Amino acid sequence: MPVVLADATRDESSLRRFLRGLPGVDQVGVEQRAAGLATRSVKQDAKRWAIDTAIGMVDLTTLEGADTAGSVRALCAKAVRPDPQRPDTPHVAAVCVYPDLAATAVEALAGTGVAVASVATAFPSGRSSRSVKLADTALAVDSGATEVDMVIDRGAFLEGRYGDVYDEIVAVKALCAAAQNTVHLKVILETGELATYDNVRRASWLALLAGGDVIKTSTGKISPAATLPVAHVMLQAVRDFHEATGEPRGVKVAGGIRTTKDAIRYLVAVKEVAGERWLTPSLFRFGASSLLNDLLLQRRAKQDGHYSSPVYLPE
Amino acid sequence: MTERVGVAKTYKLYVGGKFPRSESGRSYPVTSHDGAFRANAAQASRKDLRDAVVAARGAFGGWSGATAYNRGQVLYRVAEVMEGRRQQFVAEVRDAEGLPSGDAESVVDTAIDRWVWYAGWTDKLAAVLGATNPVAGPYFSFTVPEPTGVVGVLAPQRSSLLGLVSLLAPVVATGCTAVVVSSAARPLPAITLAEVLATSDVPGGVVNLLTGQAAELGPWLASHADVNALDLTGADAEQRVELARAAADTVKRVLRLPEQEPDWTTPPGIARLRAYLEDKTVWHPMGV
Repeated sequence: MPVVLADATRDESSLRRFLRGLPGVDQVGVEQRAAGLATRSVKQDAKRWAIDTAIGMVDLTTLEGADTAGSVRALCAKAVRPDPQRPDTPHVAAVCVYPDLAATAVEALAGTGVAVASVATAFPSGRSSRSVKLADTALAVDSGATEVDMVIDRGAFLEGRYGDVYDEIVAVKALCAAAQNTVHLKVILETGELATYDNVRRASWLALLAGGDVIKTSTGKISPAATLPVAHVMLQAVRDFHEATGEPRGVKVAGGIRTTKDAIRYLVAVKEVAGERWLTPSLFRFGASSLLNDLLLQRRAKQDGHYSSPVYLPE
Repeated sequence: MTERVGVAKTYKLYVGGKFPRSESGRSYPVTSHDGAFRANAAQASRKDLRDAVVAARGAFGGWSGATAYNRGQVLYRVAEVMEGRRQQFVAEVRDAEGLPSGDAESVVDTAIDRWVWYAGWTDKLAAVLGATNPVAGPYFSFTVPEPTGVVGVLAPQRSSLLGLVSLLAPVVATGCTAVVVSSAARPLPAITLAEVLATSDVPGGVVNLLTGQAAELGPWLASHADVNALDLTGADAEQRVELARAAADTVKRVLRLPEQEPDWTTPPGIARLRAYLEDKTVWHPMGV
């Protein structure tokens, strides 16, 4: 790690100095650039490629109070074969569940190539003690989840207690690193509660410095969730982090992405802001539930030459 | 005093309870029966059609689940609001179809009455078309009519208002939702009808009205797997065969039609209501 970044994490005041010293985000500029790139037209072969790539980047998510082992197993079956009548459909990247159901998902997905992600650290609010959050993470990791989606303490972040947020991510990361299999840590910034793009940039760097493998926009539980400009700011952060350290880190956008059109806009942003290297499931993900069906419908429409219907797809 | 500048009109589509422009950005000039320019209408593309089907599917659950009594009230309300804009309809029908004033008035009156007539039918369909079936076993057996789903309607090319209402009212009376492609050359009465529907308690998405070419949109409507039934009145006779074949791939119900547009003023009967209903039969054990 270069000296300036290593210095930043020495203690709380240097961390604060580093984060406060990050250049401000040009709000009008980033919104215009995001809106401009969103008008790019992706058709024919490029669209076909984009649809299959996006399917392979989906973290198929169910985070409901009413989730059962049965509903999680059904979701896992869908993750492995999203469109059973079209065996050439790629499988999704991962299934994302609550930690108590991670074991069920791990069992259902063994040997399929689909990863199991579990939310942790008192998701979605993150309002609990450090020990409860770590126990939550341990449950996920011990159940065999290979990806952990943690939430940061937004209250602490907004109060300026960057050191607390940093220490918490480091502690969760340590639990992940101690696991038997490699566990990737995704850090949810919940950008909808961070109020400004400057805060999004600071939180992104904070999470990256603390060892987050992926930075994720939102829990999906509050609105606004993922937006294109926010994704731009976060993609800039991973790009700059990669330039500074040589380590590629990922971005996950979650919440509110329901249509193929939206998904393709994000893919365009990924290529233009971070670079082509990021167009892979290990470095870019969609956290979504209803998006997958829309991608499959469009995929069918491309193959069949006419529009399809959700009745032909599993729930 | 300066002369008032006229308000030039460029109309939009009616999809999901909103009035969006065509995704394609296209529009086309609409003329009166004798060729004078009247307005620009949006020329819908296949993507507008796709959006309309999504809106219709989204609205189907609520509309088919509403009580028949409520649907009747909503349809009656459409007639009320049309009555309030009667003069506008008369002027537009006269202008589009070249009818004498008296005939245009009678066409508009018949169209309004047709909504009232179908409004009366909504809560009688189950009694007339349903049945309790006598069966040789310890069961109650009922048959009830249920709405088919999303219905694609190519509206008549000649009768711009009465023909359209005669096709559309039975679709929504049964609890189905509709994607309608209006008459290409005479879309203005249909656009005004969309404005009436938008302000008369019809939930958004129940009726989606596209202006444009039936020949362009028909194949996409007929092959769309999420459309359950088709009325091809507005397609020409040769194209109907092709469209019916495309519809068969996804088992759509396609209405049998006369080759020429019928006389829309004759009482319609319930054939069209029956066409958009499917029988559900329930067997219920006795004595438990």
